[in-house]
Amino acid sequence: MSAPFSSTDPIAIAIMGSGGAGAITAGGLLLEAAGRAGWQGLMTRSVGPQIRGGEALAMVRLATAPISAHGDRFDLLLALDWENAERFVGEVPLDANSLIIADPAAGEPPAALRASGAPLLPLPLAQLAKGVPEGRANIVALGVLARWLALPLEPLETVVVRALARKGGSAAHLGQALAVGYDAAAGCNGFRRPLPPVLDAGARWLLTGNEAAALGALRGGIRFAAIYPITPATDLAEWLTPRLQQVGGQLIQAEDEIAALNMALGASYGGVPALTATSGPGLALMTETLGLAVAAEIPVVVVNVMRGGPSTGIPTKSEQSDLNIALYGLHGDAPHLVLAPTSVSDCLFTTQWAVQLAETLQCPAIVLSDQFLGQSQAVCEPPPADSAAPARVTAPVSSERYDRYALTASGVSPMAIPGRPGQQYTADGLEHNPHGTPSSGAADHQAQLDKRRDKLLRHDYGAAWAEVEGEGEIAVLTWGSAAGPVREAAARAQAQGLAVKAIAVRLLAPAQPARLATLLVGVQRVLVVEQSHSQQFLGYLRAHYLLPTDIRILNQPGPLPIRPAAVLAQLSQWK
Amino acid sequence: MNSMSKPEILHFSHAAKDYKSDVKPIWCPGCGHFGVQAALFRALAQLNLPPEQVAVVSGIGCSSRLPAYTECYGFHGIHGRALPLATGLKLARPELTVIVASGDGDALSIGGNHFLHACRRDVDLTCIVMDNAVYGMTKGQPSPTTAPDWHSKIAPGGPGFNPLQPLAVALAAGASFIARGFSGDPNGIVHLLIEAIRHPGFALVQVLSPCVTYRPEEKAWKQQVHAAGVEPTADPVEAARRLFADDGLSTGIFYQRQPSPPTAPLRPASRDLTAIEAAFAL
Repeated sequence: MSAPFSSTDPIAIAIMGSGGAGAITAGGLLLEAAGRAGWQGLMTRSVGPQIRGGEALAMVRLATAPISAHGDRFDLLLALDWENAERFVGEVPLDANSLIIADPAAGEPPAALRASGAPLLPLPLAQLAKGVPEGRANIVALGVLARWLALPLEPLETVVVRALARKGGSAAHLGQALAVGYDAAAGCNGFRRPLPPVLDAGARWLLTGNEAAALGALRGGIRFAAIYPITPATDLAEWLTPRLQQVGGQLIQAEDEIAALNMALGASYGGVPALTATSGPGLALMTETLGLAVAAEIPVVVVNVMRGGPSTGIPTKSEQSDLNIALYGLHGDAPHLVLAPTSVSDCLFTTQWAVQLAETLQCPAIVLSDQFLGQSQAVCEPPPADSAAPARVTAPVSSERYDRYALTASGVSPMAIPGRPGQQYTADGLEHNPHGTPSSGAADHQAQLDKRRDKLLRHDYGAAWAEVEGEGEIAVLTWGSAAGPVREAAARAQAQGLAVKAIAVRLLAPAQPARLATLLVGVQRVLVVEQSHSQQFLGYLRAHYLLPTDIRILNQPGPLPIRPAAVLAQLSQWK
Repeated sequence: MNSMSKPEILHFSHAAKDYKSDVKPIWCPGCGHFGVQAALFRALAQLNLPPEQVAVVSGIGCSSRLPAYTECYGFHGIHGRALPLATGLKLARPELTVIVASGDGDALSIGGNHFLHACRRDVDLTCIVMDNAVYGMTKGQPSPTTAPDWHSKIAPGGPGFNPLQPLAVALAAGASFIARGFSGDPNGIVHLLIEAIRHPGFALVQVLSPCVTYRPEEKAWKQQVHAAGVEPTADPVEAARRLFADDGLSTGIFYQRQPSPPTAPLRPASRDLTAIEAAFAL
């Protein structure tokens, strides 16, 4: 029987262990070492809600090409122990071609894992670790994985020493632990799933989507942030705080999400571009203030890192179910921007673009990231160098009467910044006339509603509104993190001779029906892919776009990711 | 020059009328808020603050209509959220003078959480709570400062709950300047507002401001209000004693201490983004 995999297929590895065993640490170090050796890759962590302890799972996927999704299966599961492993069985699909490596001292693997038919390779990781001073089983395991992947030990040793030496580990002992694992695996017959060498790897970055979004915010000019802690958005704030201070800005922890957005709005009214980050429950609290930002025409950015909902839901796991509240959660007719990054690294571009659009169009922008994008760590090509952000249109000092909400051709009216003489105005959530004076008159309401709508509709968003790959009479329409498996499935379909056009919508609001119509010329069939139970994205598409009649929908709630094979299976039914 | 001294007023170039906009207030004739408005303009003029350097921030309610009636920068936000709005503005633009115009419902009911934390943060804001112990804009419901037996349509016979004591709450929560005035005593409020604006931390000024429409009995405050006759104390224990012994109708500055240092002072940029981004390179 020939090898079931091409040597260029991505390789998926799961490392499991109880909290404190170092599974997540090992996964991160493996990803970083592989990145230094020229590969690209992605690591997602899956943890329970426990603060300490519980079970932790690192899912690492490595390849020679960019990776933006989980695969269909795992090639290897390395278990440091089996405590609470049942919780993760659904997240680690194994088959007869997979391999389980586990310490026999930890007992038998759960029956559900054995049922996959994956062979078990027992390795006494804990015992091997005991033979090394300060030895830890997770570092020994990394040595085992290096042998299996044919990953040179040198980059691995570099990252392990750099990461752990500051915790007191001796470089010599860490290297020894890696070598013990490497040697122990040497005796295993046929124990190889080598990564193909990357000859001309360029520069690589390693970052999470939350870090990428925060950096995009800084690049876009954000200098003030106010945030209330919420999983899975908190680490965005924690990364941002010292960096904002380094560039002369500040981050304040608010007393709740309502305060957070109002603080950001106050700063932005003062002329300082501002942001908040949250997740579903926080976004729900912010919706009234978002309406104020719309009415008062003040730029502000909300990065919403989605998790399973409704209510407290599944705080540590991903889902695309805040689409409806982001699009429609505001009361009144309240045009605003909603954008969604299409990969971990795209969190940078999309957030930066959101800041620029919010500043240019003087309205709130919601960035819909999710737990998968935000907390996955990716090796990627460095983003293009920063480009100058378009500045907010501010009012020049003049002797003429200043009308804050003047009706202009673009719909955008120059904004006065407190401190400038002669342009004092009151920003108001009350409907107002062009000068800014409160008004309940029908004509003023109509004119200001038109203005706030038209400034968004008249703006030219360019090709960045969607990410398009491939050509074909079948199109897959998707958004956000679901773009990852769609991208991979479309490439596989192309390889099988099925022409597919993958379209990931980056700018969700305002909708771009003319642009999508152009993309759908010649498309006969559409597959919609999303991670929500109630088909929120399909509902959005039907409300705002003309679609072919032949439509399929692949939707599932979190926490399990949509896998490329599921997308491919839908496409194949049209073959 | 002693850097600790307060800036001297070299010349008066602003008059109270310079702070008044041409927008006609929606307040009822005789409303106490007119007195607060006039006193604020006089205080700003005496402090010689250019109108463009002052921002008046508010939430929702009769009191919160004030920003549009000024020639200052204004922000009329949403119900209860004036304090975080003002906090963000002040932190981002510390050189501005930021004044919050609020009422008993806006500041103490829907905005109660923000009230506590604004006191605790002690950011340099002046918060004027125009207290008439009623929701006027929604036509006469009890507020957190309403007596338990005040009859209204929504609470026949009275709400039945004890009123909140805003100044005692502010003291416990950490405000560094706590005062009460009466809208019928313009000179008194001008003095309180000048001191509150000059105070470099969070300054709470509760102004008893009668609602002549829904609480006409509050017109009697004119006869009932009296000066507390105390000098400001920096001792919170003494301040607590004063506030709990108080009848709610005495005026003056009850408490003033040095404000807490800001938790995250603005620092000049020390790195550029390229240096920050370099940390992501493998």
